[in-house]
Amino acid sequence: MVSHVDSALDATDRRLIAAIQGGLPLVAEPYREIGDAIGMPEQDVIARISALRDRGVIKRMGVVVRHHELGYHANAMVVWDVPDDKVQPLGECIGNYEFVTLCYRRRRYLPEWPYNLYCMIHGSDRNAVLDHVAQLVDECRLAATPHEVLFSRRRFKQNGARYLRG
Amino acid sequence: MSAGWPQRPTKCFSAADVSSKTARAIYGADVDTLDRQILNRLQDGFPIVEHPFAAVAAELGVDESTLIERVRQLREDGTLTRFGPLYHAERLGGGLTLAAMEIAPDDFERVNEQVNAFPEVAHNYARDHRLNMWFVLATESPQRIDEVISDIEQVTGYRVYNMPKQQEFFVGLKFEV
Repeated sequence: MVSHVDSALDATDRRLIAAIQGGLPLVAEPYREIGDAIGMPEQDVIARISALRDRGVIKRMGVVVRHHELGYHANAMVVWDVPDDKVQPLGECIGNYEFVTLCYRRRRYLPEWPYNLYCMIHGSDRNAVLDHVAQLVDECRLAATPHEVLFSRRRFKQNGARYLRG
Repeated sequence: MSAGWPQRPTKCFSAADVSSKTARAIYGADVDTLDRQILNRLQDGFPIVEHPFAAVAAELGVDESTLIERVRQLREDGTLTRFGPLYHAERLGGGLTLAAMEIAPDDFERVNEQVNAFPEVAHNYARDHRLNMWFVLATESPQRIDEVISDIEQVTGYRVYNMPKQQEFFVGLKFEV
């Protein structure tokens, strides 16, 4: 499902988006400091960022943690080869579990890559992740669904995505 | 390429590479109770008001300056990789995709360096599979995705499998600390 570019994004929004994509300044009044940097009153910065969040252009203001360092030592991408007419209910079922952090439908690459439903599972170690997978198989009735568990071995890069040049 | 990949793990790295001690030594993530409260609270969102740190600090029962200092520390030691907005790529007019490659183990380090040198590569993980490198591409426009993929194929000499998202069922990247 390709969503369209939000037509209400104007040049000022884009300037603001570029100014904060690297992160917020760690000061008492971060929105004022951003405004000072791009010549915009603090109230306008606050109003525009709020509007961008309400429209879903900004999914969330907040933090991204390095989960590995916080005790989530194993993460796996679990890929399922689900019949096309079952993707919706199975995607919703999988997405309900707290240990699932993402659940997407993606294109297949036949013949070598038949999988069309992906989820990420994080756990304290590999066995915990495998227990979670077993729970999904059991409770979402996936016993007959081909799947693979791709544990991560090493993380090479974890940067925030950058879409605009500031 | 022959049909059907057998399930066999690649053997690029020893177990030592993935030990949590290594990562902790690098990032020094010794979080205490207040850090945990801060991490859990900020994953739920940061206020968009004139004094956002003061608002969160009041909820947590600490000083504004203490909170700012803690967040700075967590960002410096690498516990936080981002403090700010998470954008919805498509609504912003950008491109976003997941891509995978099958790299010969002997060649992994070279290709890894080449791939990570692209600024469009947002993250990159080695995974246990014949498709052993998985990375996310984020670009300024959807068209750029194909260009970058083609560039990566040229530079590395390996095929890139582009696996764009077709539907989203759940995104809740929150980690209770």
